[in-house]
Amino acid sequence: MTPIDLLSLPLIALGAFFFFAGTVGLLRFPDVYTRLHALTKADNLGLGLIVMGLAVHAESWFVAGELFLIWTLVLVSGASVAHLVAHSALEKGIRPWER
Amino acid sequence: MTAGIVYALVGAVLFGLGLYALIVRPHLLRKIIALNVMGSGTFLMLVGTGRSGVGLPPDAVPQAMVITGIVVAVSATALALTLMLRLADETGRAELPGD
Amino acid sequence: MGAMTLLGWAFDGLVGTGLVWLAWRALSSPSLYAAVVLFVAFGLLLTLAWVRLNAPDVALAEAAIGAGLTGALLLGALARLRGSGARKASGAHADRPGARISAWPLAATATLAVVCGLAATLIFREPTTVGLGAEVTRNLPVSGVSNPVTAVLLNFRGYDTLLETGVLLLALIGARSFGPAIDYAPEPAPAGPVLEALARFLVPLAILVSGYLLWVGAYAPGGAFQAGAVLAALGVVLVLSGQGRGRMTAPGLAVRFLFVLGPAAFVIMAAATLALQGRLLEYPPAHAGVLILVLEAAATLSIGAILLALFAGSSFGKDNGTGP
Repeated sequence: MTPIDLLSLPLIALGAFFFFAGTVGLLRFPDVYTRLHALTKADNLGLGLIVMGLAVHAESWFVAGELFLIWTLVLVSGASVAHLVAHSALEKGIRPWER
Repeated sequence: MTAGIVYALVGAVLFGLGLYALIVRPHLLRKIIALNVMGSGTFLMLVGTGRSGVGLPPDAVPQAMVITGIVVAVSATALALTLMLRLADETGRAELPGD
Repeated sequence: MGAMTLLGWAFDGLVGTGLVWLAWRALSSPSLYAAVVLFVAFGLLLTLAWVRLNAPDVALAEAAIGAGLTGALLLGALARLRGSGARKASGAHADRPGARISAWPLAATATLAVVCGLAATLIFREPTTVGLGAEVTRNLPVSGVSNPVTAVLLNFRGYDTLLETGVLLLALIGARSFGPAIDYAPEPAPAGPVLEALARFLVPLAILVSGYLLWVGAYAPGGAFQAGAVLAALGVVLVLSGQGRGRMTAPGLAVRFLFVLGPAAFVIMAAATLALQGRLLEYPPAHAGVLILVLEAAATLSIGAILLALFAGSSFGKDNGTGP
């Protein structure tokens, strides 16, 4: 295991853990708003960590920049889509879950 | 047994699933989805039986055929959806008469 | 190395099982909306399968066209179906009065026979069958590009691609021939600032990505179909956000020119090579790269326009309250 691997493997493993946490949230949270919260927060962070872990392996700064651009795109589109879903859920009258 | 044959077998199973759903489900939208699943199964069989697999040089001809197939499948899907919508407008149901 | 292969097998097994499970759930779920969403997820998992099969070009095409655009078409059609008041989907084995003999035992048996036959063919294949891969590799240097898939699509089997652009055009003409045209895009409700901002953010980026895919297709995974699909996806986002609707309704001369550009370029190239060299679509090796790029550029624009037009037809004449 090269030193690069020692750096990237924990990052990727941590990213996978965040994805797992987001999926658990998706399956277990009570209503659509909390599920959106779990999806966007955990998955974006997970993707960022995985991107960091992969960028360590990149052949050049350009490739690493491409990876970060992908992460930015996922962030932007994820946030917009989450807003749209929540907005349409609100219009349909789905009330946020209360304890 | 290489990895390709696994995916080719998966493709055969998908083809069967799509065929069964195509015959049995009455709703036209489901039939269209079933056709797409059959197409995906066929593509998997095509590429899976080529000398493809991780670490082997990819066989380009089936891949080109599958790309062509994907584009043709989306064209056929669009045409089929148009037909289904016209039928629904005329008869009020998105199912073939007498099905 | 042994552990790596085991991990690879486990991963392939997971992907394969996931594919079958998703397809089964998509085809058997009682809700049509869930069926379409599951089908899109199936398409995305299939993209992963293509990557595992060393087919990145196919993966790009599947993600953009197979999962993305097909999903948009299906969702749009579903929304139109609900809007036109069509009856809800019947159950899986609907029993209507006067139904014929139930079809499903026969269908299940026939399907099982087909699958077993296919599986037997796959498993007991002659191991000595060899594909055309060696031929492609041998002739790659004179094809003008170094990506073998692009070489096959645009040079060795350019005839198939010519016909494929023709098929796209035919599908568009067919879809538009059904009287008052079907429009899958929803009513132009105020799209909200978020969607509009997203669309505006994506426009330059998508054009850049599309041009990059077109250019890089010569020596890396990419190509005309993937680039065209990105353009079409951009158009879909623009239409959904309420901007640019007017272009596809009653398409003007410029848009119609875009539709025909791809097939026409191929036909002209085919005629030229036939006239000058006596053989169909055989490029002079010195100029093959440039010719392929020109053809691909024309095809990209055409594919993007046609795929977008298949999604966002015209809305005149329908009485569902829409109208530009």
